[in-house]
Amino acid sequence: MPARFLPYLMLLPATIFLLVFFVYPFIQIAILAVTQDGGFSLQPITTMATHWKFNAALGWTVLLAAVVVPLQLVMALSMATIVTKLKTGRSTILYIFSIPLGLSDLAAGIVWLAIFEQSGFLNSMLAGLGVIEQPILFLGYQNIWVIFLAVVLAELWRATAIVMVILVSGMGLIPKEYYEAGEVFGANGWQRFWRITLPLLRPSLQSALILRTLAAFEVFAVVTALGGTTLPVLMGETFNWQFAMQDRNVASAYALVILGISIAATLFFLRALRVPKGATI
Amino acid sequence: MSNPTVDVPRTVSAGGAGRFLIWASIVLLCAWVLVPIYLLMVNALSSPAQVSGFPKSGLPGFDFASLQFFAGFAGVAKALWNSILVAVLTMALSIGIGAPAGYALSRFDFPGKEVFRMLVVMTRAFPLPLLALPLAVMFIRTGLDDTALGLALVHTVLAIPFAVLITFSLFSGIPLELEEAAWTLGCNRWQAFQRVVLPLVLPGIAASAVFAFTISWNEVFAAAVLTIENRTLPAFLIQNLNVSPLHLKFAGGAAMVIPALIFIFAVRKYLFAMWGIANR
Repeated sequence: MPARFLPYLMLLPATIFLLVFFVYPFIQIAILAVTQDGGFSLQPITTMATHWKFNAALGWTVLLAAVVVPLQLVMALSMATIVTKLKTGRSTILYIFSIPLGLSDLAAGIVWLAIFEQSGFLNSMLAGLGVIEQPILFLGYQNIWVIFLAVVLAELWRATAIVMVILVSGMGLIPKEYYEAGEVFGANGWQRFWRITLPLLRPSLQSALILRTLAAFEVFAVVTALGGTTLPVLMGETFNWQFAMQDRNVASAYALVILGISIAATLFFLRALRVPKGATI
Repeated sequence: MSNPTVDVPRTVSAGGAGRFLIWASIVLLCAWVLVPIYLLMVNALSSPAQVSGFPKSGLPGFDFASLQFFAGFAGVAKALWNSILVAVLTMALSIGIGAPAGYALSRFDFPGKEVFRMLVVMTRAFPLPLLALPLAVMFIRTGLDDTALGLALVHTVLAIPFAVLITFSLFSGIPLELEEAAWTLGCNRWQAFQRVVLPLVLPGIAASAVFAFTISWNEVFAAAVLTIENRTLPAFLIQNLNVSPLHLKFAGGAAMVIPALIFIFAVRKYLFAMWGIANR
């Protein structure tokens, strides 16, 4: 066998796999979303768009991402900056910081349920401090904003680690000479951060933001664990239509919406944080 | 000699205040990560009555009734077994398919290389768990519905970009000269790979395998969509959330968290290398 076919042979399984299980299913989603009883129809999309939960689900999902992702970016930047400053205990601290990376969103939801449920630790603490007499039902349907807050905390807790890890590895790629030069020219720590770290971190920021925003649009199990169906989100509705309502066409229409906002977010970050050609480290 | 000695106290005290601030924030951030896990463990290690009792002391009751209840609950043992089965299949599939691709990308220059890289990178711009919806139809037709293999195939799509990029960087870290030396000594390509390259990359490959395992272990949405009888642990938990008592939820949560902690500990050395590469 000629050697020049070897690389193609080695790529073949992965390519076939991705075509069958990644490209083809996404085409299928688009087809399912505009099909009804075997023919072309916009009915699934109309059904979805006119359903009373659709606007709420879309709104809460986008709001959640808009609140969580910027906060995570700030937290992760602070964590990464702190870690890179450390000389002793660096690997231990990094391990602790990255623990949530291995946890699922469902586990994170259950973890924060232990804190927010009626007989949970937040109520116990408040009672211990004498603030309240009776435990408060934080996660009831009349407290939708408390559920939102709990979801935000759970998401911050679980998924900031991934942003931090990406940023720490990105910071490791920035040559020390830039900082030394900055110091020579009298830049203080803050200036070095804004003028050197942030601009050179752009590729890492870009992938971290894309990754996190997309994952935020897919939020599902955390919300279910903390709020049941009180707080509607797109992924939860997709699941509902697939299972409770047994209508996979409408479920696919929802999937198409998630896909749409995901691609829009990706394009936005690719443009907004574009790395000029030839400006890589 | 005198100047440095004058300077020393000032820098130490300034550095001391900064040090203190840094360590204070580190302690705070560690608490932020660890305390919620601790609280979950407190609940998991308390009796059902203690779990729904109020107010809570914040100390575990060291009562295994909740965990026993969870372990004996109908369907839990099977769900655990399914989770492990799916995760092992995902691990094997993603390394088996991804590693050759990673090797090819690191060792050869060929037309179409960029197209393949784009295909791999593109997977990250898509909400992958949604794949489960159309695949549910496809799997019913092919008899893969509600099987561990069917779900593992979807989880492999999630894991394969990592497998390809991680193995790519592992192989790139081994100088080609080592392989060439083996060739001149009479090894063919496969023997050289097996005897020279493989021993060097094996730990890294193991780490990316563990990573694939973790991805599958944690995945909820596709698992819940694609399995009915053969539920994995996350799918089982989410399906029963609204009907299960609190102690069952917390014991289940703990059962998901503890293995994940071990996995992350096992691959901690490689986490940063993985994501450093995954950036590009």
